[in-house]
Amino acid sequence: MADLTPVAYDSKIEGNVVFTQLDAAMNWMRKNSLWPMPMGLACCAIELMASATARFDIARFGSEVMRFSPRQSDVMIVAGTVTYKMALAVKRIWDQMPEPKWCIAMGACASSGGMYRSYSVLQGIDHLIPVDVYISGCPPRPEALLEGLMRLQRKIAKEPALYEQKRGLFEEAVG
Amino acid sequence: MSHSPKAAISAVESQFKVLSKVEFRGETSLTVEASQISEICAFCKNVLHFDYLVDLSGADHLGEDPRFEVIYELYSLMNGEWLRLKVRLSEDNLELPTVTSVWATADWHEREAFDMYGIRFHGHPDLRRILMWDGYPFNPLRKDFPLGGKPSEMPDVAFSDAAPLEGGPFVTVSSTATVKDREPRARG
Repeated sequence: MADLTPVAYDSKIEGNVVFTQLDAAMNWMRKNSLWPMPMGLACCAIELMASATARFDIARFGSEVMRFSPRQSDVMIVAGTVTYKMALAVKRIWDQMPEPKWCIAMGACASSGGMYRSYSVLQGIDHLIPVDVYISGCPPRPEALLEGLMRLQRKIAKEPALYEQKRGLFEEAVG
Repeated sequence: MSHSPKAAISAVESQFKVLSKVEFRGETSLTVEASQISEICAFCKNVLHFDYLVDLSGADHLGEDPRFEVIYELYSLMNGEWLRLKVRLSEDNLELPTVTSVWATADWHEREAFDMYGIRFHGHPDLRRILMWDGYPFNPLRKDFPLGGKPSEMPDVAFSDAAPLEGGPFVTVSSTATVKDREPRARG
């Protein structure tokens, strides 16, 4: 009786291999290191800062690295009242962020203009940039921001990451 | 308790033309001639020691003539006295001498009145808008400007849209009715 010869077996790495889908792996890596661009414009920014402290600890979700350079950030957290005077500056910073990128509208003002039904306030940042998660509250507690972040993570987990990244390649193959 | 500086008021009245004088709850308001305002302010500061310009603001009395008003709130740190000066301006001559040479702090206050009401202060060193962007076509604190704003567009600089008010109650009504009826408050 001949011995079974294992194919492609390497005892050194066997215990360290997992099989998964490429999309799932990419999404897992992306969603657990979301570096925020803290677009703090009003009182929501205070809660945003609080969520980075030891008490709430946004680092538990891999988002402790607040990047003040849009080139290095993944998620823009629009925290506060967006006035028309500021709106195009927010848009410009959003445009400078590299893909893939996401946006959280934190609080009533960023989501809808909030209590400022006014000549000077943009009625929601979604008039200018696409928003993935809206967080209610005026301002929201840090727990609410963390909940929003977790919802964004769940959303990212379902994205067709490879297709989005190499869209041209896929369309060429199909067409 | 009265804060009215009797000596200072009679000094202003003897030196300049005072159109009206209102005493209310111990506060005195003097309405004076627009053309004399910078001399009166210089007199108040240098002779009467009103060394602190607490506030300078515009006001729009839509439906009245003259329509606009500029209010100077003065305080004397030396004597602990208050004095309010008012100037009325008609809509077709919205010009006033600046008081920046008297109190440097008037600079930004006058820019605000210029931005919000369109009142021009000649002699001002740097009369630009202070809150809205340069090129914004409206004066938002005028009573005939809607609370929700108006659309405007300056490519690459800024834009604005009218905010949806959905017939909301907190909207100023432009009319010649009394202040009580014009004011923005909940209407049933």
